[in-house]
Amino acid sequence: MTAEPSTLVQRPTTARIVGALLLRDLVVMRRELPYFLIRTTLQPLLFVVVFGYLLPRMGFVRAAYGAALLPGILAVSLALSSVQAVALPMVQDFGWTREIEDRLLAPVSMRVVAAEKVAMGVIQGVIAALFVLPIARLIMGPIEALTGAHLGVVILVAILGGTAFSMLGLFMGTAINPQQIGLMFSVVVAPMIFFGCAYYPWQGLSALPVMKYAVLVNPLVYVAEGMRAALTPALPHMSLVTVLAALVAIAGVFWALGLRGFERRAMG
Amino acid sequence: MLEAIRTIGLRKVYPAANGRRLRAWNPGAAPRLPAAPALSPSPAEVVALAGLDLTVGEGEFFGLLGPNGAGKTTTIGILTTRVRPTSGTAIVAGADVVTNDTEVRLRIGVVPQRPNADRSLNVRENLLFHAAYFGIPRAIAARRAAELLDQFGIGDKAEAKVDQLSGGQQQRLMIARALIHEPRVVFLDEPTMGLDPQARLALWEILRALHAAGRTIVMTTHYMEEADRLCDRIAIVDRGRLLAVDTPARLKAQAPGGTLVELSLDGPAARVADGARTLAGVTRTEAVGSMVRVYTERGGDLIPALIRVAEAAGRGVRDIHLSPPSLETLFISLTGRKLD
Repeated sequence: MTAEPSTLVQRPTTARIVGALLLRDLVVMRRELPYFLIRTTLQPLLFVVVFGYLLPRMGFVRAAYGAALLPGILAVSLALSSVQAVALPMVQDFGWTREIEDRLLAPVSMRVVAAEKVAMGVIQGVIAALFVLPIARLIMGPIEALTGAHLGVVILVAILGGTAFSMLGLFMGTAINPQQIGLMFSVVVAPMIFFGCAYYPWQGLSALPVMKYAVLVNPLVYVAEGMRAALTPALPHMSLVTVLAALVAIAGVFWALGLRGFERRAMG
Repeated sequence: MLEAIRTIGLRKVYPAANGRRLRAWNPGAAPRLPAAPALSPSPAEVVALAGLDLTVGEGEFFGLLGPNGAGKTTTIGILTTRVRPTSGTAIVAGADVVTNDTEVRLRIGVVPQRPNADRSLNVRENLLFHAAYFGIPRAIAARRAAELLDQFGIGDKAEAKVDQLSGGQQQRLMIARALIHEPRVVFLDEPTMGLDPQARLALWEILRALHAAGRTIVMTTHYMEEADRLCDRIAIVDRGRLLAVDTPARLKAQAPGGTLVELSLDGPAARVADGARTLAGVTRTEAVGSMVRVYTERGGDLIPALIRVAEAAGRGVRDIHLSPPSLETLFISLTGRKLD
């Protein structure tokens, strides 16, 4: 026969455990926030300095370019932050330190632990975007087409985009060897940024039809175009419905792949 | 006796260790894979556990003893819900490790082979957050954390970073973490590996106190002495199989023919083993390469006769080693090899 169930520890609710997991990550995030922001937003902001400030003043780039650039810069910051916030710690945890073990021993399903990591990725992505927006606007000066009228849409795109990229981070974080993390960011993330319609609008690629349809495999395109639809709706942009549908689909695919990887890595 | 753990026909087969996929997906776990190619059903697979039946009683201090690659870590992995068995059943603290894994995790504490404290947090936070993952109210967790840290002699390190602790202190932090949610069963995987002798003795004291307090403890080790001194019962495992399970005293009594005399020779030992078998008081002999093992009731008295047998067979004796009846001699007789 088996022993009587323990009365010492009452089974906690899933919500309570998720709260504890989130609190741990928020405490750690608060300590590392400055380094985190520098790591994920310095590159996009330097891009703003060159293409949103220097080149327009030199006359190489028309001032109107700023309206196409700003939503893209937000998209890059959001996507980079979300993907890194999930992937980098996970590569370390599963590759070497196994520090995540104490959370995998929590009395909760492993997919809850994975989902909490994704939620933190979204939070960090949104924080990075909020951090970059005023600074970029300050560097570029007034942007005619920019409007804050569709704040709800901005938030929706930010959360959906952050979710899609956090789930991409979950997939990358469980699929990559620690030794290859640098290579992976050079080979996957860098092309993703440059071919992600962040620094130019998707409609602008009409001059290059092959390119225009090839970049559609790139998740960043939808975040950047979604930001354009929300922040500069008067300028040409991809339809918001397409953007939202694509982001939901991308999130679904990488959640399925990422979860499979997570469970595979978590189960020894 | 109430049961804390029961396994029935537990099997674990890992896919090919040299497979492309495993290398890409599991770099950190690769060294932990036990290698037992001789038992593999196909060259592509590694059988880590080949049908394990175990029962551990409530309150028992149970030892899993075996060499590296015996399947100890895999067994602990399955019992702690971190490795999925290929087949078979395991019930821990009343719940099935596969179908009810979260219930099992609620009732167990795990001390890993290598300390893996959360290095983004300080020592006290490691305990507080672990308690929070188990839904323990913060005030209770804070009190328990302070008690455990004091009890394990790291109370003054509560605010320290994990990296500032010594190996022994980190191991004690892992035990404190495993205990903060008051689990019914505590698992320790090679807890004293890599510790200096002093830290090892300190850990033994902690484990004895836990046992005295009525906690069920399952520990793996490849140190005979450790298993002998601490455990109520010991399971001897090798190559994924259970070879013997009993109290240390009864296991030692099973050791064949008393003393083990090992002779290292300057050439193949087969003929010497045959000759030694005819000597009075010899219960068993075996030859392994240039080494002959002789189990005898006569102890050291047999040595001159053994040397004569060796010389008669044209072999010189390079070294002689005597082992009194012990878990070690039993282990060698069961597995044909030494523990470490």
